[in-house]
Amino acid sequence: MIRYVIKRILWIIPMVLFVTLLVFLLLELTPGDPARQLLGNFATEEAVAELREKMGLNQPVLVRYVKYIAGVLQGDLGISYFTKAPVLKDIMVRFPYTLLLVVISMTIAIIIGIPIGVYAATHQYSWKDNMSIVMALFCVSMPNFWFALILVQIFATKLGWFPTLGIETWKGWVLPAISVSIGYSATLARQTRSSMLEEIRQDFVVTARAKGQTERKVIYGHALKNSLLPIIVIVGSVFGVSLGGAVIAETIFGIPGLGSYTLSALTSRDYPAVLGSVLFIAVMFSVIMLLVDLVLAFVDPRIKSQYSYVRKRKKRVPVIEKPTEAYKEA
Amino acid sequence: MKSQRRGQLGEIWHRLKKNKFAVAGLVVVILVLLVTIFAPLLAPYSYDKQDLTKPFLKSTKEHLLGTDKFGRDTLSRLIWGSRNSMAMGLGCVALSSVLGITIGSIAGYFGGQVDNVIMRIMDTLTCIPMLLMCVVIAAILGPSVRNAIIAIGISTMPNSARLIRANILKVRNLEYVEAARAIDAKNYYIILKHIIPNAISPSIVAITMNIGNSILSGATLSFIGLGAQPPLAEWGCMLAEGRNFMRDHMELVLYPGLAIMITVLAFNVLGDGLRDALDPRLRN
Amino acid sequence: MGKQNLLEIKDLVVEYQTDDAIIHAVNGVDLVVKEGETLGLVGETGAGKTTIARTILRILPKPQGIVRQGGIFFEGAELLSLHEKAMRKLRGNKIAMVFQDPMTALNPIERVGDQIAEAILLHNNMTKGEAIKRAQEMLEMVGIPGMRYVEYPHQFSGGMKQRVVIAMALACNPKLLLADEPTTALDVTIQAQVLRLINDLKEKVKASVLLITHDLGVVANTCQSVAVIYAGEIVEYGTAEQVFLNPSHPYTQGLFDSIPKLNSTEPRLKPIPGLMPDPTNLPVGCKFAERCRYAIEECKQQIPPNVELEPGHQVKCLLAGSRGEK
Repeated sequence: MIRYVIKRILWIIPMVLFVTLLVFLLLELTPGDPARQLLGNFATEEAVAELREKMGLNQPVLVRYVKYIAGVLQGDLGISYFTKAPVLKDIMVRFPYTLLLVVISMTIAIIIGIPIGVYAATHQYSWKDNMSIVMALFCVSMPNFWFALILVQIFATKLGWFPTLGIETWKGWVLPAISVSIGYSATLARQTRSSMLEEIRQDFVVTARAKGQTERKVIYGHALKNSLLPIIVIVGSVFGVSLGGAVIAETIFGIPGLGSYTLSALTSRDYPAVLGSVLFIAVMFSVIMLLVDLVLAFVDPRIKSQYSYVRKRKKRVPVIEKPTEAYKEA
Repeated sequence: MKSQRRGQLGEIWHRLKKNKFAVAGLVVVILVLLVTIFAPLLAPYSYDKQDLTKPFLKSTKEHLLGTDKFGRDTLSRLIWGSRNSMAMGLGCVALSSVLGITIGSIAGYFGGQVDNVIMRIMDTLTCIPMLLMCVVIAAILGPSVRNAIIAIGISTMPNSARLIRANILKVRNLEYVEAARAIDAKNYYIILKHIIPNAISPSIVAITMNIGNSILSGATLSFIGLGAQPPLAEWGCMLAEGRNFMRDHMELVLYPGLAIMITVLAFNVLGDGLRDALDPRLRN
Repeated sequence: MGKQNLLEIKDLVVEYQTDDAIIHAVNGVDLVVKEGETLGLVGETGAGKTTIARTILRILPKPQGIVRQGGIFFEGAELLSLHEKAMRKLRGNKIAMVFQDPMTALNPIERVGDQIAEAILLHNNMTKGEAIKRAQEMLEMVGIPGMRYVEYPHQFSGGMKQRVVIAMALACNPKLLLADEPTTALDVTIQAQVLRLINDLKEKVKASVLLITHDLGVVANTCQSVAVIYAGEIVEYGTAEQVFLNPSHPYTQGLFDSIPKLNSTEPRLKPIPGLMPDPTNLPVGCKFAERCRYAIEECKQQIPPNVELEPGHQVKCLLAGSRGEK
């Protein structure tokens, strides 16, 4: 088991390296001179040249790449052209907002989406099932920024229940969370439904019924538990995607999170900031996928035993004294 | 027996027809495609024809859906905009499918180290959320419809690759491929007749769904300024422009959004129906 | 005979409703399983055998499976009209089922012993500890070390999985065991062991068995009575000796004829020509008439009656007993 964990963690390293390479190359390709950007248009040529020397910008590419990686490992993602502060510092200030938004939205999505999916699966062929499929498709087809704007128009501008902008009070989080979670709830509902449908058809569900188990236990105890496994994977990847997707909500509702940071950095051509954020988010996402894989390995006994070479210590099961008549094994 | 008389394609079509939603989706998709193709004939005005004397009109006889800030006819902009939006939808899917299927087929067919390396690269690409990928590409190449297509295409490519690879792996080892080899069929014959037809159907469904998603992504990018730039008519772009006047002129936001939603919904419903029609096990 | 009828099925008709058509799976079946005996239900794939078993337990797929008419009598109760709650008390308890495919019959994320214990706890007032102990005993009874209670299905081979399924079915000492092709998915060598296991355990817990199979060899080894099913109807019924020594229905004869014999000098195999009729479009009259070499006009027009050739041996054929050649 430990071997699997270590293997998975090590696996991140080449991945991160690849992303850093990508980011670094892109940094190289972007127009403009970093030194000049930092000093501004009115700085003298000598000052710029001096800064270039100090920043090591005249060294060969490979050396600079290695230095870049070294810097990344120490937490140096470059200096923002705009704020003149280390990018990582800017990111860490804004990341908690994004994280909070994503966590709230995912929680809503799980609470709404999974039960609806289960309900639709257990009532297949009824109008309730068809309704939920259609509604889920509706939610998924709707541009979430459009939905956000409509929410704002109805609930904020016209009804005044929530603020149109900003997150001073807890009320400010409601509309953004709803607009982000609507798409993910629908996706989770559809995935839960199809996962459940597949499991319900399995033979072991019929076996459970044949044992005399109540229908409720059959569905929730047997079918649902099995169908949760692929759902865990979906939740993980949706979580990662929301990190990027929160961009829209943050922009519309004025939340000072990582998404809006990246976007404004883009429009102001603050390349180190943009690419630093990209690197940060990419690493975050792969960490999340790693966690998902590990959770899955712990929960699914089939994966667990694939990676443990030692038979599990038997739990305290009472040993019977006298073996009854035994039959020869194959 | 009814089912024996139809061929396999006919069987699929019959199943699809039974799903009323899917048929409705197909009809809408065809309608939208027609609008896109015949835009110049259908739109009463050009998309950038301004009439500053008539801004912010509600529905009138000459401007069925009203006008925007510059007096441009909303209906015409919607019609012309379908070209840009559909271009993004179809372009992205074409790019990602061609790239994805090629790479995925190579990985799936050759297996071994080639497969390993390719899939690792794909996994890495997946770790970068799509929006961010688009941000990056827009940062380097500048925002435009073409660049948005490239960005979205590249970031959705790993999914196509993974899908076709998984299916090729599954089909490669199935018994009837072995049976074909046993009667000494040539490699390319096996690939053409057995592997591809069976591996492709999930990809067909995925492609249909992807068109809808790509249109959404394209509109999103345009909304935040990374895709179509004004004064181009594109539904996401129109939404961005209309947002500033949302308070008093909600319809500027409503119409483009509806256009997007109806189109994407149609593609999604069609894709759903295709999936059920291609694999009937899932229904019964 | 003296033996009581444990299970009686009368005139059972079951259909499956699909989008396209109605599948007539069971078309008027009468069956009897006596106490302490094994009844072999023999037929090809699609003849309706599994449907009968599932109907007894009332675990047909909803909403497609519909029982149109008929009665199933077990221990004085009519099962089809029983309340679901009462039915649940019977399932796994008085009537248990062993399924065809051991690879998929067990829940992959639950420990094997827990799955047996679940059946025990459902029908007995034991504590969890007692149920675990009993589950271990059941494992030992089928030849699996009780220690393996904590393992998961994927850690067992096919044959051993099937033993677990059998242990699960017999855990509550059922009166009637429905074995749906229990050996079809297993190797021949394992087949023999599993059959012997079922036989021995049946003696031990004094159960009756409804053994569903398409393999006549299996029937010969284990069954006291035999019922041959074709297109949802019982075409021949009798003791094993009666049916094996004197197969009277042309279909039964065809089945025996088609078995390749090691010491035969025949150059070709003798299959039964034709195919089983389409269950969505069954012919009027005798359903075997198309493929039967003795068929006359009346065979295709009316449903053949049940003729008793000798006490206990019934054949559903218009020409029973009056056919010339054999």
